[in-house]
Amino acid sequence: MSCMNLAELEKKLIAVARANPPGDHVPPTFEKRIMALIAARPVYDLWAAWAKGLWYAAAPCVAIMLLFSAWAFVQSSKHNQPPTIDLAQQLDRTLLAAVDQSNDSNR
Amino acid sequence: MERTEAELIAAVLKGDAASFEPLIEKYSPRVFATARRYARRESEIEDIVQEVWLKAYQKLGSFRGEAPFEHWLMRLAVRTCYDFLRSHQRNRESAFSDLTEPEDDWLEHFIHQPGAAREDSEAARQLVQRVLRQLSPPARLVITLLEIEDRSVKEISKLTGWSVPLVKVRAFRARAEMRKILAKIAKEKYL
Repeated sequence: MSCMNLAELEKKLIAVARANPPGDHVPPTFEKRIMALIAARPVYDLWAAWAKGLWYAAAPCVAIMLLFSAWAFVQSSKHNQPPTIDLAQQLDRTLLAAVDQSNDSNR
Repeated sequence: MERTEAELIAAVLKGDAASFEPLIEKYSPRVFATARRYARRESEIEDIVQEVWLKAYQKLGSFRGEAPFEHWLMRLAVRTCYDFLRSHQRNRESAFSDLTEPEDDWLEHFIHQPGAAREDSEAARQLVQRVLRQLSPPARLVITLLEIEDRSVKEISKLTGWSVPLVKVRAFRARAEMRKILAKIAKEKYL
């Protein structure tokens, strides 16, 4: 072991690697294979991806809407009030709050 | 009339995929030679080159034409090879006890006459590959680019996307790693 000069061995191995560069041959019809792969790739359509995303989002949105409707219905029936009227009035007030405020300030 | 590279690239970007084929024909030998530095099996090499070309096609829009196409492509190739090394690092060999007889003979010859040990022998080539396969992916990449391909630190920084100080640190660590591996060879051979 004492005879082996590691620094010299390192230099020698690097010299071996330099003296033997890898081959650059290309398999026959390789470019045709790549072109076939490129042709087979699906074309990325931004609008299609957007529409797909919207469709995926639709189901959870409907589910959330139904959950909130059910929750609102249960809450209003607990307070013994007619649920539809109460909900409609609340919705009216919420939506028209901004209009009411601007009317008040104009007066 | 033969179209220039810039014309071919512009045509591909406009949707004419067939214009990409002459670029593949022209640069595949370079990409194959690069891939062969990091992978052993021909099937792996083909997979790497295929990935390089598919990425090149996909990212061609990001080629700004300021530097030659070849430089841009080689950056892509080196980074793909590095990804390959990282994904296959578990397969790195760990023992030198299975040196073949010619490799063992070459080492013996080197010990007795370092200057006379032939650099063009198959055994020497196999031994180099064996040592390189034991290096960690960043060490192998940096030793290959810096020592074997004789590239500058700045060039390596551009090829790999690493900063210049990072290349220097990795080169320092890579040399230490290589020396450790060579010490292991000596130990396993003589103890």
